[in-house]
Amino acid sequence: MSNLSYVRTEMLGEQSPPGTAIGIVGWLRANLFSNWLNTILTLVSLVFIYQVFAAILPWLIHSSWTANSLQECRAQVDAAYGMAAEGGCWAVIRERYLQLVFGFYPSELYWRPILAFGLTLVALAPILFTALPRKMLWLSPFAPFVVPWLLWGGTVWVPLLVVAGLGLAYVVTRVLSSHVSGLLAVPVAALVAILWWLYAVMPVNDAVTAMIANQRIPDVSADMRDKVEILPGEIAALDAQIAALGQTVGRAEAEKDALVSALEAAETEAARTAVLSAIHELRGPRDALAALEKQRLVRNEELSRARTLLAGLEALPENRTTRETLLAQLANATGAARGDLEARLATVDNRIASVVKEVGRVGLIPVESRRFGGFMLSITIGLVAITASLPIGVMLALGRQSDLLILRAICVGFIEFIRGVPLITLLFVASVLLNYFLPPGTSFDIILRVMIMVTLFASAYMAEVIRGGLAALPKGQYEAADALGLDYWKAQRLIIMPQALKISIPGIVSTFIGVFKDTTLVSIIGLLDPLGLSNAIRANTAWNGIVWELYGFIALMFFVFCFSMSRYSMYLERKLRTGHR
Amino acid sequence: MSELATERAIDRSKMSVSENVAIQITNMNKWYGAFHVLRDINLTIYEGERIVVCGPSGSGKSTLIRCINRLEEHQAGQIVVDGIELTSDLKNIDKIRSEVGMVFQHFNLFPHLTILENCTLAPIWVRKVPRKEAEETAMHFLEKVKIPEQALKYPGQLSGGQQQRVAIARSLCMKPKIMLFDEPTSALDPEMIKEVLDTMIELAEEGMTMICVTHEMGFARQVANRVIFMDQGQIVEQNEPEPFFNNPQSERTKLFLSQILGH
Repeated sequence: MSNLSYVRTEMLGEQSPPGTAIGIVGWLRANLFSNWLNTILTLVSLVFIYQVFAAILPWLIHSSWTANSLQECRAQVDAAYGMAAEGGCWAVIRERYLQLVFGFYPSELYWRPILAFGLTLVALAPILFTALPRKMLWLSPFAPFVVPWLLWGGTVWVPLLVVAGLGLAYVVTRVLSSHVSGLLAVPVAALVAILWWLYAVMPVNDAVTAMIANQRIPDVSADMRDKVEILPGEIAALDAQIAALGQTVGRAEAEKDALVSALEAAETEAARTAVLSAIHELRGPRDALAALEKQRLVRNEELSRARTLLAGLEALPENRTTRETLLAQLANATGAARGDLEARLATVDNRIASVVKEVGRVGLIPVESRRFGGFMLSITIGLVAITASLPIGVMLALGRQSDLLILRAICVGFIEFIRGVPLITLLFVASVLLNYFLPPGTSFDIILRVMIMVTLFASAYMAEVIRGGLAALPKGQYEAADALGLDYWKAQRLIIMPQALKISIPGIVSTFIGVFKDTTLVSIIGLLDPLGLSNAIRANTAWNGIVWELYGFIALMFFVFCFSMSRYSMYLERKLRTGHR
Repeated sequence: MSELATERAIDRSKMSVSENVAIQITNMNKWYGAFHVLRDINLTIYEGERIVVCGPSGSGKSTLIRCINRLEEHQAGQIVVDGIELTSDLKNIDKIRSEVGMVFQHFNLFPHLTILENCTLAPIWVRKVPRKEAEETAMHFLEKVKIPEQALKYPGQLSGGQQQRVAIARSLCMKPKIMLFDEPTSALDPEMIKEVLDTMIELAEEGMTMICVTHEMGFARQVANRVIFMDQGQIVEQNEPEPFFNNPQSERTKLFLSQILGH
């Protein structure tokens, strides 16, 4: 046996690492060329990246932004970069971006969705970023009522009455909880609120509107008469201007087409410049023409609205008398005659109601759901589904873990059913079947129906994601909360959910992103989301055949939203990381 | 394990057992499915008692003290804590739980809250104590367990012994009348066991009613006024520490003590 004893006599000082391990050289060695296999992979990847950019960059650089049709785009690119050049035609985005964003929303009312979007951001900001002043949170509860009102318009009473329903529920809870247990008070309050929304909001709104309408009728009649007299003259003047400008533009277009043909025949420098300057000069008159046409459209709409309203107002006394007569006849009528009278009464009632609605409205001009479209539609549906699916998902996940057998069975059944059915099927149910299940007379807005379906769909997935988070929590957390005397809801709110949701953040955000992208499926049931609109744009003769630019733009917009969500989730995970577990 | 829990002399001036019953368990039985875990338990615990429950693993000692604050439900018999009977009435359960503190083997601190928040959460939300007052109380108890400087850290940043002391402070912040300890030192390294035991001894010196499931026989010898030995779901023997250790009556107790002490 040798001697194993060893004693260090001198401690070593710190030394700097070898030059190949630090700095740029060290970094390259460690990350790109650490061995021969990695070196090959690095080189192959570099070649691949070069090829991709070599293919895409010229197309991006040689692009046209000012043309007003695909043919003109091609002529412009050819003139600017030579006949062989390939270039993107981004002019379609320049011309149609408003449509891609707002769909067929009336252009003079664009401020409403913009304001609504801004309001949504302001309302969400303090919820998403705790560093912002907490006073901003006071705004957030109002957004869900103000934003739909801005988007769809209508009387101001509806959002107020909806809020009043919440107030009613609160009062009922307070009154009941002093008499019976909280477990009973909350469902009863919810029921009262739902009944209020279903059966009180619209009648109260109609009554107030009718009251205001009766006062306003003389003024509105005079106003409409003026409009009907003035507007046709203005429209005729616009028509003349449009015709004159149209001829000028037509001549310029013909000249430009001749120049393009000349360029195709003989590719000279002079021909190129001529084509480019011809297209450039066309821009001003074209824009002016478009502006004039838009003015004419607005005036025409205004005129037809005024005429309809005036006709309705003039027929109002007559309709009212007819109504009384019909009611009197109805009292004695039986059988087939009765059905006929009822139908006639309904028609007369509708005529009176539509006039009253129009005249007595205090609020914003209503916009129908079928005019919604583009990213506005995607964001509206996506945001509603995202914000509503989280609380519903939490409730479903808790229900699935509950000890109450029937509640658990309902939650499991709901989750498994919804997850087992394609979203498309649910959307078809929303668009076609849902009306059959609702009480007769109630007509749900199509976007509202789609929102409900997408929300339910997202909630089922959310519930499973959150259940995963709940399952990851040690049992000891529940026991510690119990042992401290926290009741079920307090334990969930203060101990269980903060941790379970934190664990589930990546899954939750994945579901959010999935839901947002799934909103494009509504194009299948005829709603004009960006993809639906792109088909409409491609059907236009000017843009027939355009693919990459349109879908590329839509993809980019979706990417911006989804990537922001993904980054936010990473930020949140970093922020909530508390030590090591 | 037979060595003493602490070298110092224990101050017994405030350790007095009163005549008032703190916990009364009569003919209590519990089953897990068909398995009979607790069999006909009868136990009366007076205020100020310091009881150590020991026994081989699987003997039902943890289950017994978990029944006292209804973390486990008993199926037959009666448990009365501080004059309130434990039934399925949720209000009674929450009331008892806020009077009975519990310390777990794995601490079960809330990892998403700071130490201070861990300690103030229950007083604020259950006792409705104003935040400021709750924080003062929490700091008082954190000082008592000798870690006030960690108040703003998260549990994940503390050592096991520190975490267990925070867990004790967290229970104390509810000002409980009874403390239950479920193997508080079993998950700790030897050098950390001592700091937790010191805290528990100090608590005992202040006259707290304590029920500890533990294998620390030194603690049992020095601090307990009664040692209960359980096996196969029943109380086999109980006695004052001195006779219990020096002169056990039952064969099972003798066997257990020889295994646990006889190194």
